[in-house]
Amino acid sequence: MSATPLLELRGIDKSFGPVQVLRDVALTVHPGEVTALVGDNGAGKSTLVKCISGIHPTDAGEFLFNGEPVHIGSPRDAATLGIEVVYQDLALCDNLDIVQNMFLGREKRSGIVLDEPTMEQLAAETLAGLSIRTVTSLRQHVSSLSGGQRQTVAIAKAVLWNSKLVILDEPTAALGVAQTAQVLELVRRLADNGLAVVLISHNMNDVFAVSDRIAALYLGQMVAQVKTTDITHAQVVELITAGRSGGLGLATDPGSNGDGPQPADSISGGVR
Amino acid sequence: MTTTAVRKDGPAAVTPTPTVGGHARNYLSRVRGGDVGALPAVLGLIVLCTVFAVMRPSSFLSAGNFANLFTQGAAVTLIAMGLVFVLLLGEIDLSAGFASGVCAAVLANVVTVLGYPWWVAVLAAIATGLVIGTTIGLLVAKIGIPSFVVTLAGFLAFQGIVLMLVKDGTNVSVRDEVLIAIANRNLTPALGWALTALAVVGYAAVQLLRHRNRVARGLITDPITVVALRIVGLAVILGTAVYVLNLERSRNVLISSLKGVPIVVPIIAVLLIVWTFVLQRTSYGRHIYAVGGNREAARRAGIEVDRIRISVFVICSSMAAIGGIVAASRANSVDPNTGGSNVLLYAVGAAVIGGTSLFGGKGRVLDAILGGAVVAVIENGMGLMEYSAGVKYAVTGVVLLLAASVDALSRRRAAATGTR
Repeated sequence: MSATPLLELRGIDKSFGPVQVLRDVALTVHPGEVTALVGDNGAGKSTLVKCISGIHPTDAGEFLFNGEPVHIGSPRDAATLGIEVVYQDLALCDNLDIVQNMFLGREKRSGIVLDEPTMEQLAAETLAGLSIRTVTSLRQHVSSLSGGQRQTVAIAKAVLWNSKLVILDEPTAALGVAQTAQVLELVRRLADNGLAVVLISHNMNDVFAVSDRIAALYLGQMVAQVKTTDITHAQVVELITAGRSGGLGLATDPGSNGDGPQPADSISGGVR
Repeated sequence: MTTTAVRKDGPAAVTPTPTVGGHARNYLSRVRGGDVGALPAVLGLIVLCTVFAVMRPSSFLSAGNFANLFTQGAAVTLIAMGLVFVLLLGEIDLSAGFASGVCAAVLANVVTVLGYPWWVAVLAAIATGLVIGTTIGLLVAKIGIPSFVVTLAGFLAFQGIVLMLVKDGTNVSVRDEVLIAIANRNLTPALGWALTALAVVGYAAVQLLRHRNRVARGLITDPITVVALRIVGLAVILGTAVYVLNLERSRNVLISSLKGVPIVVPIIAVLLIVWTFVLQRTSYGRHIYAVGGNREAARRAGIEVDRIRISVFVICSSMAAIGGIVAASRANSVDPNTGGSNVLLYAVGAAVIGGTSLFGGKGRVLDAILGGAVVAVIENGMGLMEYSAGVKYAVTGVVLLLAASVDALSRRRAAATGTR
């Protein structure tokens, strides 16, 4: 863990029309750590990720990357900084093989011809670097892979580009027990290799299994960001559902806050 | 991040060293898994040829008839080659038949009515195809009308345009020597052999270089025996075909000699090589497959989906234009029915019979040629057996339906065996 966080967000606001989805959100992400981003449906997790990855522009707030202020205006900007997102629905093409998927849109070429051997080698090295041995052939179509293997390929694809920050949107949501364990192991390995990892998850077991820090969003506000070792299961659930837990979370009762639970409903409605 | 790991540890080395037997087993398991590729077309072709050869041994198996198959099937095959691109995105172009008619009519008018040289007419026809394709592509990709509707409208409108271009029901003849030669003249036997040798040597060079390159980098390769078998296979097929086409097929040699490979064959071969290269070896081709497989994934990978969608319609209509030129050459004229009646359905049928999926994401340009051969053999063989046009259409319809069923079933099978 290093002193300067890799990514630091300060005072992020984001509204869609009249609905304010994120208000004054702060988040720090350290290299070599898994930061779990938790929150109920409509809390703003996906929106926050889309702001980080440049899909949505923010209304206000600062981005610091490696301590330097940056502006992320498009997915391309995010990719240049080394931010890669693995989406829930994977974004793999079933009819292409593993190598083709990993290099999709960024193919290596010599002249106008695709440089298949180089791509295959790089893909093999990346998978080996992540100690992935579940895939038998790199030239196998993605349609023939299991859910866990697909998730593995999607993560390897994100890592291939010397990325520094990998954001995983519910990577284990559709997986069985054994495959979940495999993917979590991989997530841990990413962090151990020095990457910063943001893991969005609903599953407390997963969160406690791999994360170093937990950041809880409640109705568009970051209510707590604490070390995983300093917090219990029950406290996290309270933070997610009520926005506070003991000394953690929102200081005042949400009801007395100017725009408390009332817009809350419209938020969860609006985000859908 | 990417540790330079010893490749022995890498997943590439997990599979054992490839053997010929392993290669065959691999192929069989792929077929069982629903990835049948062109197998149905090849089997169908063998069955059909056997049946017709038994029923009409003297006429179907003659060298003259063999040459006929090529010129008869050429226009449909060319249109089908373009359709493969559209089908790869899961779209359809119902206007391709009459688009070829419009382009043929433009060709005939420019060369015969306006009196320009042949190459101006050819360029005008292909330019017409480009314009048609761009228009369809823009309507589909930018306005968002389903391609089925846009091209159905095109189907009607182009039919009308052909009628207007050929002055209501008459026809425009094409007498230019070069244009007529495309579908009616042959290469000299020596030139035919030279081009065959070039094709085989070129194919061998590409295959062997690729093999050597992959071995040098320690990547999994097909065993050298399989590579050699492929090269020998191509040499045997091309050699046999050219040998038969170089036989004398004139009824009376004293009056005129008729032998050699029809000129349209090397034209199709060159287009096959070019388009196969584009699809398999360039990132543009890779992106076509990606958009056909998962449009959202392609978009997220930074691929300009709209541009790809427009471009396939441009390719399809341009290939239709070339098909139209060949059709005009073969008929020596253009009439209101050029590119009409069954041309489009035969072309779609050819692509699908060859193994191109109607659901997008799967297909090759070679499929159009194999499927085109099946369609041409049915048309030709049934004609020799003196069946009526009605029976021919019905049989072709059934074959298309069979091909579409194979496509749908293999897709289901792939889905069942594919995900774990």
